[in-house]
Amino acid sequence: MTGLTPGFADPALDAQASFRAVLEAMSRPGRIQRTGSSLHLPAPLGQATAAVLLALADADTGFAHDAGAAAEAWLRFHCGMPLVPAGEATFVLATGAPPALATLCQGSEEEPQASATLVIQVAGLAEDEGWHLTGPGIETEHRLRVDGAPEGFVAAWAANRAGFPCGVDVVLCAGDRLAALPRTVMIAEG
Amino acid sequence: MTITVVPPAPSTLEGYNFAYLDEATKRMIRRALLKAVAIPGHQIPFGAREMPLPYGWGTGGIQVTASILGPTDTLKVIDQGADDTTNAISIRRFFTRVAGVATTEHTAEATVVQTRHRIPERTLREDQIIVYQVPQPEPLFRLEPRRMETKRLHALADYGLMHVRLYEDIARLGHIAKAYDYPVMVNRRYLMSPSPIPAFDNPKMHRMPALQLFGAGREKRIYAIPPYTEVRSLDFEDHPFRPIRAPHACALCGSRDTYLDEVITDDAGGRLFVCSDTDFCAERQADSAKEAAE
Ligand SMILES: [Zn+2]
Repeated sequence: MTGLTPGFADPALDAQASFRAVLEAMSRPGRIQRTGSSLHLPAPLGQATAAVLLALADADTGFAHDAGAAAEAWLRFHCGMPLVPAGEATFVLATGAPPALATLCQGSEEEPQASATLVIQVAGLAEDEGWHLTGPGIETEHRLRVDGAPEGFVAAWAANRAGFPCGVDVVLCAGDRLAALPRTVMIAEG
Repeated sequence: MTITVVPPAPSTLEGYNFAYLDEATKRMIRRALLKAVAIPGHQIPFGAREMPLPYGWGTGGIQVTASILGPTDTLKVIDQGADDTTNAISIRRFFTRVAGVATTEHTAEATVVQTRHRIPERTLREDQIIVYQVPQPEPLFRLEPRRMETKRLHALADYGLMHVRLYEDIARLGHIAKAYDYPVMVNRRYLMSPSPIPAFDNPKMHRMPALQLFGAGREKRIYAIPPYTEVRSLDFEDHPFRPIRAPHACALCGSRDTYLDEVITDDAGGRLFVCSDTDFCAERQADSAKEAAE
């Protein structure tokens, strides 16, 4: 385990700040939050991606990813999460094309919370343009532009939303910025 | 009876975790909170920890607050609308010691409000979070005590039992008799207990700009309402929900649109009605004193 860079400088306070960024993002879909972190990370991990997983993943959360060996070693050293197939994972990290939403944990009608959170690393995020978001957490409408959104995502999302209360929740990360899409949010193309 | 809570030492001293809970517990509660926000009104079980306060003192709310609180937060704690009860003071002191956070009695200054039995009169903002202490999270508890069965009813969104229960009130009394913990539908999907707040406060939950989090310690459940989410008190077309308050003006500030407590003033049965939200009432009194001076 030589050559692994450190995780959060202050594990308690940095985890709290990162969690609050995700909580705010999940509560107000499409509003961009910053983790403000400056970790030394193995490629391709971005700041927000790493901060979200450091804050939330641990030995109790099965993990699947496409980020390669260096990222895997770093994340598992700091979080200790077990690797599992994507279809069984609590957290799924996609730095490239993500697996189809419908193949991930959906939860059940009685326990819809037992569903995956998909962290997608994208090229860029911007407010006030792009998708039109409506639903809980949004007063009238939020706009969100996602550079490098997965192909066919909006259609796949509509199917995900139709499964409510089951379904996947998504956190989009770009650099130290993040935005979230809880399963309740409606997305209309811009 | 006075219970003096003496929490460990200040968190800034070594040996104790920031905000009392260990990091693994906070992560588990944080994951539950995020799913709770994603599924508005749905109760999520969590592995509640023993807290240095007895159940009934808001251990569920305290664990939620401990999991969200950071050093830049300002915490307000209210118990039945008041900041100065033993319970509220103890909880505030606890977080001052274990998290070093600033506290306030002013709703407007708080970033996090932990509450038992009230929603502040002042409209909460987007940059605030309200945490409710919940004794019984299951709205169907009195109608169906089996937890497996209530889970099934929530899965099916089968809330006929509650409608029947409320309609029985109307048939017998001509109105729905529930004055506290009046059940609501969240985002048109989940029946939810708002905790024992007066029904008068229910409309404040509807499309509230602030995030609303609920923690039940003994029952080990967490649930949430995202901002701007539809929250409807259950009612019937011919018997619409009406928030009720005592038909008086506050004896201290004169307010006619706040929730009032009845206060016995002497042994001869004298009584007064005053705002239950002490901060709001004091602000109104200060405002009118200022106006009078000008
Ligand atoms: Zn008053």
